[in-house]
Amino acid sequence: MSTATEHPTYNYKVVRQFAIMTVIWGIVGMTVGVLIAAQLVWPALNFDTPWLTYGRIRPLHTNAVIFAFGGSALFATSYYVVQRTCQTRLFSDGLAAFTFWGWQVVILAAAITLPLGLTSAKEYAELEWPIDILITIVWVAYAIVFLGTVKNRKTSHIYVGNWFYMAFIITVAVLHIVNSLEIPVTMWKSYSVYPGAVDAMVQWWYGHNAVGFFLTAGFLGMMYYFVPKQAERPIYSYRLSIVHFWALIATYMWAGGHHLHYSALPDWTQSVAMVMSLILLAPSWGGMINGMMTLSGAWHKLRTDPVLRFLVVSLSFYGMSTFEGPMMSIKTVNALSHNTDWTVGHVHAGALGWVAMISVGATYHMIPRLFGKAQMWSVSLINTHFWLATVGTVLYICAMWVNGILQGLMWRAVNEDGTLTYSFVEALEASHPGYFVRWLGGMFWVLGMVLMAYNTWQTVRKNSTAPAADVAPQVA
Amino acid sequence: MSAFWSAWVTIITLAVILGCTWLLFQTRKSENYKEETDQTVGHSFDGIEEYDNPLPKWWFQMFLATVVFGLVYLVLYPGLGNFKGLLGWTSAGQWEEEMAHAEENYRPVFAKYAALSVEDLIKPENEAGLKMGQRMFANNCSLCHGTAGTGAHGFPNLTDSDWLYGGNPDTIMQTIVHGRQGAMPAWGAVLGEEGVRDVTSYVLTLSGSEADSEAAARGKTQFQALCTACHGVDGKGMQALGAPNLTDDVWLYGNSFAEIAHTIRAGRNGVMPAHKDLLSEEKIKLITAYVYSLSNQ
Repeated sequence: MSTATEHPTYNYKVVRQFAIMTVIWGIVGMTVGVLIAAQLVWPALNFDTPWLTYGRIRPLHTNAVIFAFGGSALFATSYYVVQRTCQTRLFSDGLAAFTFWGWQVVILAAAITLPLGLTSAKEYAELEWPIDILITIVWVAYAIVFLGTVKNRKTSHIYVGNWFYMAFIITVAVLHIVNSLEIPVTMWKSYSVYPGAVDAMVQWWYGHNAVGFFLTAGFLGMMYYFVPKQAERPIYSYRLSIVHFWALIATYMWAGGHHLHYSALPDWTQSVAMVMSLILLAPSWGGMINGMMTLSGAWHKLRTDPVLRFLVVSLSFYGMSTFEGPMMSIKTVNALSHNTDWTVGHVHAGALGWVAMISVGATYHMIPRLFGKAQMWSVSLINTHFWLATVGTVLYICAMWVNGILQGLMWRAVNEDGTLTYSFVEALEASHPGYFVRWLGGMFWVLGMVLMAYNTWQTVRKNSTAPAADVAPQVA
Repeated sequence: MSAFWSAWVTIITLAVILGCTWLLFQTRKSENYKEETDQTVGHSFDGIEEYDNPLPKWWFQMFLATVVFGLVYLVLYPGLGNFKGLLGWTSAGQWEEEMAHAEENYRPVFAKYAALSVEDLIKPENEAGLKMGQRMFANNCSLCHGTAGTGAHGFPNLTDSDWLYGGNPDTIMQTIVHGRQGAMPAWGAVLGEEGVRDVTSYVLTLSGSEADSEAAARGKTQFQALCTACHGVDGKGMQALGAPNLTDDVWLYGNSFAEIAHTIRAGRNGVMPAHKDLLSEEKIKLITAYVYSLSNQ
């Protein structure tokens, strides 16, 4: 029963830096996404320029939204949450500053090397070996700052949000190091140490756990702080947190093989991956229930609080995509969905609906508090942003569902003589309207992020007209 | 895999599944309340408290259901190390089964055309068979010869009456079954650059194109020495070798001065792949009929 009333001074400087970069990298990453979405509708948009071709800037988009936007949101919120829930200042200001600048250099290096075509060709791990080493150093510094802060806590227990952040930080370190083991041949070219099917398995062990630990565990840590804080309600069930935390981290580890169904991967590996993916449903939903039910008794707040709306809708999309994922891991479903746009839609249900929505909600919660304001400059702009993001996500997902099922069915259709009914190009042509709708959904999202940047600027700038908080912020 | 790794896989797979199940039951057993409560567990972090609510019943049951499904699946299918599963299923086996199934389903479709000759197959009453030939052409041949069979640079047009190896049904079938290697040797080293230009000029005159007459005259001598063995004295080609007729207006690689000079200087290697191991005899016959029909309707 901690009733600690002392107010240590927190390091908010690094949180402010990461929070602002979350907004900026969000706009950059999503704009690149909209450009490649547009290229699929109007191929001429690569302007016959090598560094603007789809193959080079698609990894730029994924790296920018996952690691630059999502990563900055995770750094910002984890530093904010760990200080406030442990009632102590960050373990080391110097190391924390190093993680900020180090991470920005990683992002900058990605933005330069990927368009130049320098890539290790591993999905979500495209960056070449010198950048991989820098990531490792920054990440170890991050782990030291975070774990050191938890160790210095003034509370007797460790808050559940911090369990998730710790699982995320430790696991991502292991994933990154193991998957990026490579033999450099030149400054910007290396080859993986693993052969053939083993390499594929290691890659998707990494790839799916990037989803499981970077994009899920980390953001669940965020959820466990910002949802009860914004709703001003206790967490629904401590017991549920315990079971779903341990079950989630234990089973996610095994699920990666479902990316390689019906491939050269041994049958037993595929079966185990499918079984673990299905068992993952309940642990995933545990997080959704704990967030959603925290609102019981506070549902009326949704009518007036668009920040809470962002957080709650993100949980709905989280629940939806963590139901869809186990379904898609079933081999018979996967036989239809694999390699189609359905996968792309599924990823974005999680990436836009869950990850981006909760990051945006958490950032709107933090910004006024970090800059000594009572609230954001304009609450109605947050509301507009909320609707743009929601409609954009729905347009995106629906377009990809239609396209994915259409492609899956067209690819497998056969005539009475056993020949394929449709050529690949015919399925591509049929996907064209869906690509347009997806681009439109992306445009909605970018527009919303631009409104957020404007609102943030009006809140944090000198002479801001946003109402000041009663208490001055704790200075770094 | 070795017995050690098999045991390792089995043990840690079951340990994770059963460990989660143990935690689920253990947590349920230790619940202080069976219904929703407003009692918290007593912690407070930055003002956040946590209720001591029980696990939702439907969630508990759903968790158990996926565990039971998973364990049953691992008994039936390969998963636990070297254990093959009670159903004896393998992905390779499934593929073989599907292939056998397809063979069984589609064989009768083709069987009724087996006895017919190519000439009969292109008759209107066998339109359905010809349509199948067209679809198989689209799947197997159109990548090089185009969806309409009109060819491309280096890939012959199949809709005209000009044939490199001959256009009767037997020869077409022979081409599909065994493939063809069309080799034009490179003469650049023998002729020198000037010689290449002279022969090119002469070749252009064979089909009535404009060319420098002095160069063509010099080229004619060299053509007769080097080229007639395959293309014939009159340049009309030889189907037995697949040597093209140079006197008509059909050009596999184009008839600009530069293209012809390149052909003479560097040679050409046209490859039509053999399909005898890829397609059954009945299928090849229907494709032959379709190709034959393109220039014989």
